[in-house]
Amino acid sequence: MPVVTMTVNGQRVSAEVEGRTLLVQFLREHLRLTGTHVGCDTSQCGCCTVHVNGQGMKSCTLLALACEGATITTIEGLAVDGKLHPMQEAFHEHHGLQCGYCTPGMIMSALDMVRRKGNDLDESTVREQLSGNLCRCTGYHNIVKAIQAGAAAMKRS
Amino acid sequence: MYDFDYHRPTSIEQAAALISSADDVKLLAGGMSLLPSLKMRLARYTALVDLGALKELVGVRREGAEVVIGAMTPHAVVAASAEVHSAIPALAVLAGGIADPLVRNRGTIGGSLAHADPAADYPAGVLGCGATICTNKRRIASDDYFLGMFETALQPGEIITSVRFPVPQKAGYAKLHQQASRFAVVGVFVARTAAGVRVAVTGAAPSVFRLKEAEAALAKKFDASALAGIAVSPDGLNSDIHASAEYRAHCVVVMAKRAVAAAA
Repeated sequence: MPVVTMTVNGQRVSAEVEGRTLLVQFLREHLRLTGTHVGCDTSQCGCCTVHVNGQGMKSCTLLALACEGATITTIEGLAVDGKLHPMQEAFHEHHGLQCGYCTPGMIMSALDMVRRKGNDLDESTVREQLSGNLCRCTGYHNIVKAIQAGAAAMKRS
Repeated sequence: MYDFDYHRPTSIEQAAALISSADDVKLLAGGMSLLPSLKMRLARYTALVDLGALKELVGVRREGAEVVIGAMTPHAVVAASAEVHSAIPALAVLAGGIADPLVRNRGTIGGSLAHADPAADYPAGVLGCGATICTNKRRIASDDYFLGMFETALQPGEIITSVRFPVPQKAGYAKLHQQASRFAVVGVFVARTAAGVRVAVTGAAPSVFRLKEAEAALAKKFDASALAGIAVSPDGLNSDIHASAEYRAHCVVVMAKRAVAAAA
């Protein structure tokens, strides 16, 4: 089997995978990084969102081998020395979750949004830019507030 | 998903040799349509040839009266490109409205055109602008490229390398999007060029097509009011859970008017 090598949350990792192995399977089953979730497995819900070379992407629709040499950040890679990332703090503070299943994808997508749209996000921008992430508890109200607050907090920190 | 061999060539020549090596080998661009179809087992290949390492296929540049977009350029890059914004703002609007931001970070113009989904956005922009599809073997005019549902003029072993968009005087794009997927239920791209007006419709029929009656009306007067008398027949249009053929026929004219009104 082919071997893939990439950097995940700052650590260089290498493993044998099949051609069809998806990035999310590699993260969850090979590396045991189960914070990245699989919701729909059809690239609609965004629960599997991770950063590939700094950009938000749906890891259920990427081949692990296509990420050869890439730098990957997952939800586990955000907190530094046990201190939550400002966006994670904001989701905690504003209760931006109900069951929590979509939360890792929401946070990774929110950070991609800040990268593209900056730290001053109005509500309609957040809602529009969140079209790739579904919360089936329909808890969008607090998710939107959390993203706005998290984006602003990132500017201050 | 059935297993397959994975290849990651480092040159176009290598990629061309790999896809010509057997019948059931497929090129992989962003994979935003190909991987879902493999996962649903709608398609099966013995090998995928990933174009992801060919960085020379990524990028947007202005060349005289044309905007040239590399085949592996993601939608997000086109949507944010200063060159596209200044030359063909409607194309930036189109690229920025494909699927969702995460898909736009990965999906590519070349992949979209090779796949030729009947509800994809790019075919409308390409046919509407009268763009040229450049491959490793030749150049194909957009009028000769789209042959039918998921069917293009590409031959086996042919790889799209770039798309050349002549800069129009004015262009606009409007779509009624399917709420979940953001695919076009009906999308209309309108362009006024030195050679005349072009109107391309996606989502409505098995393949993108030009609406000649609307082109003629807009050539006389490039204003939404010129489309007041245009009626589109529902014959041959798509009918599904999202919209009936009659509704799509109606929306073609509405979207064409909106595209003209938005043209810049």
